[in-house]
Amino acid sequence: MTLRDAKVGETVKVVKLHGEGAVKRRIMDMGITKGVEIYIRKVAPLGDPIEVTIRGYELSLRKADAEMIDVVK
Amino acid sequence: MSIKIALAGNPNCGKTTLFNALTGSNQYVGNWPGVTVEKKEGKLKSNKDVIIMDLPGIYSLSPYTLEEVVARNYLITERPDAILNIIDGTNLERNLYLTTQLTELGIPVVIAINMLDVLEKKGDIINIQELSKKIGCPVYEISALKGKGIQEAADAVVKFAKENKKFEVAHVFAKNVEDILENIAEKLPKDIPEEQKRFYAIKLFERDSKILETREDFPDIESIIADAENEFDDDSESIITNERYTYISSIIKGCYKKKSKEKLSTSDKIDRIVTNRWLALPIFAIIMIIVYYVSVTSVGSLVTDFTNDQLFGEDGWYLFGIGRSDYDAATDKFVEENIFNHKTEMEAELQKAVDEHIKGSEEILAAVQDEDFDAFEEAMGSYSVALESEGIDISEYYNDDIMENAPDKADYGVYIPGITTLVSNGLEAINCVDWLSALIVDGIVGGVGAVLGFVPQMLVLFIFLAFLEYCGYMARIAFIMDRIFRKFGLSGKSFIPILIGTGCGVPGIMASRTIENDRDRKMTIMTTTFIPCGAKLPIIAMIATALFDGAWWVAPSAYFLGIAAIIISGIILKKTKMFAGDPAPFVMELPAYHLPTVGSILRSMWERGWSFIKRAGTVILLASIIIWAGSSFGMVDGSFGFSTEMELNDSVLGMIGNAICWIFAPLGFGEATATIATIMGLVAKEEVVGVFGVLDFEGLGALAGYAFLAFNLLCAPCFAAIGAIKREMNSAKWTWFAIGYQCTFAYATALVIYQLGMLFSGHFDVFTIIGSIVAFAIIAFVIYLLVRPYKESTKFTQKVKINA
Repeated sequence: MTLRDAKVGETVKVVKLHGEGAVKRRIMDMGITKGVEIYIRKVAPLGDPIEVTIRGYELSLRKADAEMIDVVK
Repeated sequence: MSIKIALAGNPNCGKTTLFNALTGSNQYVGNWPGVTVEKKEGKLKSNKDVIIMDLPGIYSLSPYTLEEVVARNYLITERPDAILNIIDGTNLERNLYLTTQLTELGIPVVIAINMLDVLEKKGDIINIQELSKKIGCPVYEISALKGKGIQEAADAVVKFAKENKKFEVAHVFAKNVEDILENIAEKLPKDIPEEQKRFYAIKLFERDSKILETREDFPDIESIIADAENEFDDDSESIITNERYTYISSIIKGCYKKKSKEKLSTSDKIDRIVTNRWLALPIFAIIMIIVYYVSVTSVGSLVTDFTNDQLFGEDGWYLFGIGRSDYDAATDKFVEENIFNHKTEMEAELQKAVDEHIKGSEEILAAVQDEDFDAFEEAMGSYSVALESEGIDISEYYNDDIMENAPDKADYGVYIPGITTLVSNGLEAINCVDWLSALIVDGIVGGVGAVLGFVPQMLVLFIFLAFLEYCGYMARIAFIMDRIFRKFGLSGKSFIPILIGTGCGVPGIMASRTIENDRDRKMTIMTTTFIPCGAKLPIIAMIATALFDGAWWVAPSAYFLGIAAIIISGIILKKTKMFAGDPAPFVMELPAYHLPTVGSILRSMWERGWSFIKRAGTVILLASIIIWAGSSFGMVDGSFGFSTEMELNDSVLGMIGNAICWIFAPLGFGEATATIATIMGLVAKEEVVGVFGVLDFEGLGALAGYAFLAFNLLCAPCFAAIGAIKREMNSAKWTWFAIGYQCTFAYATALVIYQLGMLFSGHFDVFTIIGSIVAFAIIAFVIYLLVRPYKESTKFTQKVKINA
């Protein structure tokens, strides 16, 4: 499954990242790398983007980008 | 010799606070050449030979965002003597990620850990000695907010810079990655210094296009990269990123002790409410209403009116308001006894004028009936000539001789005349020539007034913006609004500039500074002035009353037009060459909430306000003077010259209007008056109404009137806003592009409205048919631009030059 499918309140672990170039690099620069744990905090009031906790801080990303991140529970 | 130190760190880690604490008031704030990234430089308070360069807040040194490229280019080409890397202690892992990249540059790095006090309160402990050993650079504990430990860190970095020692990288990646990097390092050109080899090896491995461009003799290592990518089943850039975080995780375990129990922090509690699914939007609306009400409606306009009407206008003002009420009372009494004692006679005379439909007579009559002397005086100022020429004469009851005995403002309290009055009196006293005196009073003082008139409102707004930014709510606005705005290429943060733009476009454009993505920011700057601002309301009102009998739908339709223009432009522009080049990922940190200090808010307000005066001021002043000259010089009694009583039609401006009015013929208002009004609208949009007030309205049908309205709402904004655009774009090319786009868009919109309006109202002559064909072609073209396929770019193409 991808990060997009994860439910609010779940903690998931990153398996693989798809995509290339700027967006992927940005996501990884912000600390979403293989093996890291992500806690899904909430979804924005209008349904997108989502807010997650990663490496001890809050990060928001769009669902379209979250789709590039493969995770397991 | 002076020492250069670069201050680097993530956004929201206290870097600005530290920079201010280090440099005090010895700062120079500007822009990096040609880009919209702010450049701050300052001298160390305790040692004036040390120059501190505040780099933009960045998370990484990737080649993909403008800020990162700017910071990188500075570090690589300027090679400062040392880097002071500030780190947020509450967010160690992600902050150290940048550190691992900084240390590879071969420049000595000193780390200052900020906000450890916050961490300690939670009961977490960082072992500083251990961290320093593992990361390979001296680490100092500071509190930027309280000013603790700053001097020690500054002394250390200066000492480090002076030593000029070789700086060794301490962190190591996995064995197989290190082998590859070593292999690449050996192949590098021999003139690359030893301490920079690791940096270049990694960049070559990452296929960093910006580095590869710098020289031609880099070795071809494509086969090494391909092998590695196969081995790791990942692209080379990701391999390196992974290694950095893996190393950081491994050292964190040894030096960071976390208290086991995870409690909900204050920031978390605030966020639970503020970005709550149901409460977020209402809270957002309330905050926006407060911002708008205070900075645009109440405080803002009070202060702006004071600056425009009293400080720079002709009204003048009373110190602390003392004396005003006395003066007002005396004036009321005087008017009652000397003017309105002839109320009945005046009414009778004016009624005649009203019956003859003389322009303005109704207004004057109403003022007399209400005994409203201010309104009476204003209406007489505008229309007395028209009355006299029709033989209506009330000068018996209102003339200069009577007014001579009116109360003098200076007799009551401490009265201070407006600057305009002061200056013109002064010039009169020294017998200055007419045109020079007019140049100084109307051209220069008026121009300066036009610049400064916006400043108070702007300062109030900047206080709000700084507060929203520093406390962390601005990032939440982007989070809440992103879904709507990204559809047309804007940021969630574009909401504020557009909202403020309904009051005045100038602070609206300046508010776009809070948008960090370059593309979103430029797009916001270009579209903010489409929304009708306060000064455009009189135009809307004029057209609505004069041509549509005050129909209710005219004003809402103007706002609708503005919003539609923003949406359409956003989608079109997003796909153009100018914008499609640069990627705009939305992966954004939501920083913890905290209460900003008063000092930092005031400093931010002052910096932005001052940069507007300095950078936008010149444009506004120059333009005001040119327009003044254009309207004051012209044909007087058959020969070219200057006159203080120049009729607009005879002025240079009028001649230009006459010469170019054919341009607007396809829009239905190809006549001199409307053209002059449009040109005058560049000075200030409300001037459009002034021109029509003086000249005549005839010849403009309802349809042409609406096309005129549409054009004036959407075309280039007033000079003040153009100055603000110039300041925010920081590039002449982009400023012209913005203005050119706005004018083209306005022209096309007005043309479509007029021509199709003509067609549907049953005009079938040759011109209408040609015009309609053009109009349909425009619509088809816009639809094409809207729906054509578009792919988000993944490469950052903008060139950034760093000049010393």
